[in-house]
Parts: sequence; C-alpha cells; structure tokens
Amino acid sequence: MSDQPMFTHPPPRASRPPAAPLLPEPKLVDVVIDGHADKVPETWTILEACRHRGIDVPTLCYLENLTPVNVCRVCVVELAGARVLAPACSRRVEAGMDIRTDSPRVRLSRKMVLEFLASSVDLSTAPEAQKYAAQYGARPERYGPPAAPGTLETDRHVGTAQTVAQPVKIDNDLYVRDYAKCILCYRCVQACGSDAQNTFAIAVAGRGFDARISTEADVPLPESACVYCGNCIGVCPTGALMFKSERDMRKTGEWDESKQQKTDTICPYCGVGCTLTLHVQDNRIVKVTSPLDAAITQGHLCIKGRFGFEHVQQREPAGAESPDVKLPEGVSSRFKAR
Amino acid sequence: MFGAGGSTSSFRETEDTDVVLLWGSNARETHPIFFHHLLKGIRRGARLYVIDPRRTSSTQWAHGWLGLDVGSDIALANAVGREIIAAGLAHREFIDHATTGFDTYRHGVEPYTLEYAERETGVPRSLIREMAHAYAGAGKAMICWTLGITEHHNAVDNVLALINLALLTGHIGRYGCGLNPLRGQNNVQGGGDMGALPDRLPGFQHVENDELRAKFERHWNVTIPPKRGWHLSAMFEAMEHKELRALYVIGENPLQSEADQARTRRLLEGLDFMIAQDMFLTRTAELAHVVFPAAAAWCEAEGTVTNSERRVQLCRKALAPPGSARDDIAILYDLARRLGHDWGEPSAEGVWNELRTLSPMHAGMSYARLEAHNGLQWPCYDENHPGEMFLHSRLWERPLNGPRVAFQPVEHDPPVDRLTEEFPLRLTTGRRLDDFNTGVQTSGYRSPLRRGESLDISPEDAKRLGVRAGEVVRVSSRRGTVEVPVRLDDGLRPGLTFMTLHFPDDVATNLLTIDATDPKSGTAEFKATAIRVERR
Repeated sequence: MSDQPMFTHPPPRASRPPAAPLLPEPKLVDVVIDGHADKVPETWTILEACRHRGIDVPTLCYLENLTPVNVCRVCVVELAGARVLAPACSRRVEAGMDIRTDSPRVRLSRKMVLEFLASSVDLSTAPEAQKYAAQYGARPERYGPPAAPGTLETDRHVGTAQTVAQPVKIDNDLYVRDYAKCILCYRCVQACGSDAQNTFAIAVAGRGFDARISTEADVPLPESACVYCGNCIGVCPTGALMFKSERDMRKTGEWDESKQQKTDTICPYCGVGCTLTLHVQDNRIVKVTSPLDAAITQGHLCIKGRFGFEHVQQREPAGAESPDVKLPEGVSSRFKAR
Repeated sequence: MFGAGGSTSSFRETEDTDVVLLWGSNARETHPIFFHHLLKGIRRGARLYVIDPRRTSSTQWAHGWLGLDVGSDIALANAVGREIIAAGLAHREFIDHATTGFDTYRHGVEPYTLEYAERETGVPRSLIREMAHAYAGAGKAMICWTLGITEHHNAVDNVLALINLALLTGHIGRYGCGLNPLRGQNNVQGGGDMGALPDRLPGFQHVENDELRAKFERHWNVTIPPKRGWHLSAMFEAMEHKELRALYVIGENPLQSEADQARTRRLLEGLDFMIAQDMFLTRTAELAHVVFPAAAAWCEAEGTVTNSERRVQLCRKALAPPGSARDDIAILYDLARRLGHDWGEPSAEGVWNELRTLSPMHAGMSYARLEAHNGLQWPCYDENHPGEMFLHSRLWERPLNGPRVAFQPVEHDPPVDRLTEEFPLRLTTGRRLDDFNTGVQTSGYRSPLRRGESLDISPEDAKRLGVRAGEVVRVSSRRGTVEVPVRLDDGLRPGLTFMTLHFPDDVATNLLTIDATDPKSGTAEFKATAIRVERR
C-alpha cells in the first residue's frame, strides 16, 4: 500500500478546519443579583451567574466536574418572593429572578450549616470549610465539646452520627478513608459512580444519623469493586479520603504545602494523554491530581496516572562503573536494576 | 490512513456519537479515561459493540459482545461489509463522490456470507447482522481499535478491513464519525510523527518522496539515504543475517517485550555493540556494552508528547533527575558532539521550533500556543490555525478536494501458529488495568489489584484438564515452555487462554509467543499463540 502516491505524499488540506456542529446560542434572561441588573444565559445556574459577577458563593458539595446534588445547603441564596432558600449550585436562573446572596437570612442559614458540620465532623484537613466557618462566624462550640473518638469499628456513637469520630480505615497501600472527616457531600459517590468512573464501589448507606459512605456490605476496599482510580480522593473537600503517603507524611510532621510546587505534565502510560498535576516536595512527588478544566480528564485519572509515579523515585544514583568496559566520563554503567 | 497516520476523531466526539464499534480493544482497562468519554456517549444513548475474543470489562457496557475466535477479524469485517451492501445500507452518495474500487470490494466480500462468518468466527449470524445494521444505519458511528487488530501477522489487512467499512458507510470525515487506533503509549503517536518509523522523516514526511527529502537535505546539509530503513522485526532479521551489528536502544526493553524471547536474546547477545539509554537498568540494558542513565522524560525533562487524538502536549520538568541521569536530548547532543557535529546548546523548545520549520502539520504549534490551549491537534498549519478536531473532512467537500480514496479488499487469513492436537489451546495476550507492558514502570507502585502473572483459562478447560485455580502448570508452545499459576476466568470461552507480559522476570510469556510478523508494519502476532497446558 505504501507504493501508492497517497502514502508518499502528504494528504490534501481541508479547505477549512473541521469543527463540531454549532449549538444554538442560549437565550439571555434578565436577573437581579444583589441589586445589580444582569443578563445571563438561561442555561446557567444561579451559582454560575453569581461567580460570573465575581460574587463569592460558598460551596462544599458542588464541584464543576460533577452533577450538583445540593445536599450541603451552604450555597443557599434568597429569592425575592420565594418561601424557602434556594441552592445556587443546582437552581437554574429564571427571567425576573431577584437573587440575594448576602441577606441576613442567607448568612444565618450558611452559618448554621457550617456550625452543624464543624460540631460533628473533624474539619482539620478541610481548609475551604474552615475558611467559610470563619467568614460566617460559625461557633460550633455552642453545641458542646466534640465527642471522644471510638476505638473500634463497632464502637460508633450510638444515637449520634456515624460519621463522627470513628477509626480511620486503612486497608490498602494507596489511600485511606477517615470518615470522622466526612461531611457526606456525596462527591466521592458521584465520582465513583455515574459522573466519571462508573464503578459504583461506594454509596451512601443508612439514613439520618446512620448515613455514611460505605462499600457494599461495608467490606474492605480490596474486597470491593474499587479499582483505585482515586477519583474519590480527587473530589473530596475535607481530606477524609487521602493518599496514604500524604497521611503518613502528616503523621510525621513532614507534610508542608508551603514547600510544595505543582507542575502540570502528561501521564507516562497509555496514549490518552491525561494531564497530571505533580505535587512535589523536596524533589519527591507527594500527590497527583488533574486539573478540573483539563478537557481530556476533567480532573479524573486511573490507577496508573494517580499512583503509578513511584518508579521515578525508586532509582538509586549511578554507582560503580562496569569493570570490563571503558566508559566515557560522566557515563555510568550501573544503576538500580529493574 | 489515507496518508495521515493517526486517529481521525477526538475523544469528545465519542460523547456525541450514536454507535461505537470497539474492535480488539479492552479500553475500559487499557484506556480508562478515554472510556470515560465513551461512557458519556453511552449514557446519552450511544450503542456500543465490543468485538473481542474475551468477555472483558469493556463488554459490560456493550449493547452487544461479538466474541470472535482469535484472528478471524477480517472474516467478520468482510461479512459486515457484505451485509451492509446486501441490505442496501451502503452510502452510495459518499462512495460515488469520494472513493474508488467499490465494485472490486463488493465482489471481494461476496463470499463472506453471514453463514460463512458464523462458521469462521464463532459469532452468531444474527449478532453480526445486528451490528452491521446498527453501524451502517447510524447517523454517526466510529470504529476504535487497539492491539487486537494490530498484533497479528496480517495487521495492516485487519486495519484495511475496518477502513473499508468506514468508506462503505461514509462514517469518516464528519463530526462524531471516524477510525481510531487507540495508542497504547503516551508518545507512540508522537514518535511516529517525529520520524521514528523506517519510511518517515519528521512530520510524517515520506523519505522516498524526493521533494520532501531534499527539503531536509538542504536544511541539515547532509545526504539522506533515499530508501526506507528497517522496522523492528526487519532489524532482528538483519541481526540474524549479520547485516545489523550495532544497536542504540532508547527507552525500550526489547529483550522482554519482543515475541520469541529466546531468539531475541540470542540476537542481542550476538551484536558487536549495543548502547542502552533508559531510566532503569532493564534486562535489555544489562546486555548493553554502554548504558546512558536517562531522566524520566515525562517529569524530569521538558518536551512534548502527542496523544491518541493527535494532540501535541507539553511535558514539564517537575523533578531533578537522580545521580548522573540526564535528559535524553542532552545525551544525544553530547553524543553528536563526540561524533563531530556541534548542535549547540540542547533545548527541547529549540528542537521543536526546528521541527516547526520542516513539518507543515506542526508549523502553527508554538510552545506558547501549546501552553495556552492545553495542547493542539495536528494538522495545525499556522499560528492562526485551531488544529483539526477530526481528519478527512475534505472527502465531503464539493467538488471533492484532492484524490479519491480506494477500497482495498482483503482476505481472511487465520493465525500462523495453527491449533493442532499437540497444541490445542489458543493463547492471547493483553494488558491489565493496573500494570503496563514489561512492568518497568508499574512495578514501582503497590497496586492492591495486582495478583501477578497467571494463565487465565475457562472453567470448562480447567475441568477438562483437571487443574485447579492457583495450581502451577506447564505451558508450552512450539518455541518454549513456562510455568505459571492457573486462574479461572468465565469471560473466556473454552479453547481460549490469556496471559499478560507484565511480569517477565516471574513468567516470561514471550518465550511462548510467535514472531510471525506483518510484512508491512513489522508487528508480531502476540495475539495468537498455540499452546498446550500440562499438570506438573
């Protein structure tokens, strides 16, 4: 086939670059946000309209690459004439909407949500939640001191939330699950399920105070359907799900984000070309994420992209030269065998 | 295909297409993030057909699984083509407008009846018919494949059989349609684009095209041999004939990755001189006379890679390499200097900008634009060009822009390693989700999914052979024998077995495989080995 001219000559150029079919432009609707009139596409959510105006609406369960489930209620806004507050993350804008993002009622509601969370969950590795709690003057201590941690899986606090103070689950070498830090935002369930990975290894089990993230029948991860893509870690807003290496470094006091650089590069494995953000501390990769706005990954990776970096830091510096070959200067014949 | 060597479509198009034929690919495990895009398409109503001898995890998402016998792909594809024509579903308008050789093709596939295909492939005729009608009847449809198509002695014919289907239906050159080889390594596309092929100069420009070759000769002020060189399999042939005496191996582990390992070792050991340049002292590097320790190109150096949708992307340096390991480009520059060519200061961007002056399809891709756009897809002819989301749109232009493309009829030809009474079982090879190739990179992390090498066999065969899960058995082909534990897999049909190449230090699967190679691509038939299994 390579004798034909088509294979020795470059293909003809298209007259114009091919493109996806154009979608119809969405209609614009008139809204008022905190007293300012605005025209926004009717396909937007209230959150998109607010952020477009530069108004900071707090979110915990919402993430750009996931379908909103509006469970945390921290993004609520007041709509003039409406009886209840509306979740900005999932409610679409409508013509004539008069949106108030910072009314006393909104502020009080957000403060209560944050207080309830902070009084029942360990937010020590949740910088966003801490920031909002401070911003809204949340005082979780009003609800009494934190409950003492349980010691065994079975020693959960009967009658209180299952997510409060429970032993960390370490059942594999790649990541840990510390559900004492879980705010039940559902993001991990979404990422493991229909929004990205479609593995469905975890779901919310139980209802009310018993609600918690669980594998099927609460089996350890190695016995579950988990394929260790780590996309649950990638979306977790509180550090409940964490690289085991990060947890180990935090325990020994080595974890120091001020000393970490983030560098975007391309995964070394298959040909899909996923963008990896390498978090590097002291010339070691300590964590791998992917940008939410990367068109190929939308923030999601597989096990090799997320965890398969270790090989580069398991090389010993070059050692003695081979005895039977004269090598040029700077060239070494021995390094760690693989 | 049609003069361009890359996937025609973009990943995002799989989200908007109507029918996908995933042929000889277990993308769920081998290209997981591509599969995320495909899943979006499926959730929007696209129908997936998986053509694979194994009932893999990809098939769990399929509308239909066509579990064909290993190496019967052309019998299946030709039968699909025949059925499309017989049912009146061929896209006559496109065929008349943009193709040649349709009548020859129609005549060529005439013997490939559904009955013949069922007999030859093992796939029920009703399912073949269903897939043919789904593919041809769809508004938008694409075919994606991986090594299940290309690791055969007739790899190029397999690909041509699939191209014929796209020409027949007009599922090419339009949004949401296309022909997509999913690339298995992060820069296998880029390597070919840069001329790491025996017949290509950088920019996929053919070395036997006098005009193109002269352009490079003027720029480099050297004479370039006017004939194509050897592909990998031909290189081993040349070692056999003592024509090839020295080898420079960069970032490859051929001792463990090539078929028929005993022969590979003999030939590599017989070389006068071998240089290995690698991140690790691989088994291949252990045989080398000189080893250049290399930086990890993806995180310890700057440069570009090109992915499976033709997107050129920047790799950035995040780590300092260990010890005396150095950037590949710096090593090559130093070597050139010792050989009497001073190329100046090594710089990845400098090399790239030189390429842009010589390769029209990369001309518009400055580092600044690659950074700003998160990569650009070739061809990208100038700095105002957006890059091409899909290829061959010219075939739909009126009047036709450029030459017609030809149907290329091909015939079914079963695997070289025949099944006999002595070697009655078919062994096929592939990847698992958490491991990669010969394990040089993936053995560095502790995967909870990893269970080491195994001979995966059907429960029926295990029962017949009287072997239990976990039992170590002797597996022999016409070339070698290995010992490996058995694992039962009910995704395998009786007669079919499976192994990976991930743990070559434990189980050297390639002692078994056959180096019957495709004469055009040089790819070995890793997918089809005849074996027998014995209790120890």
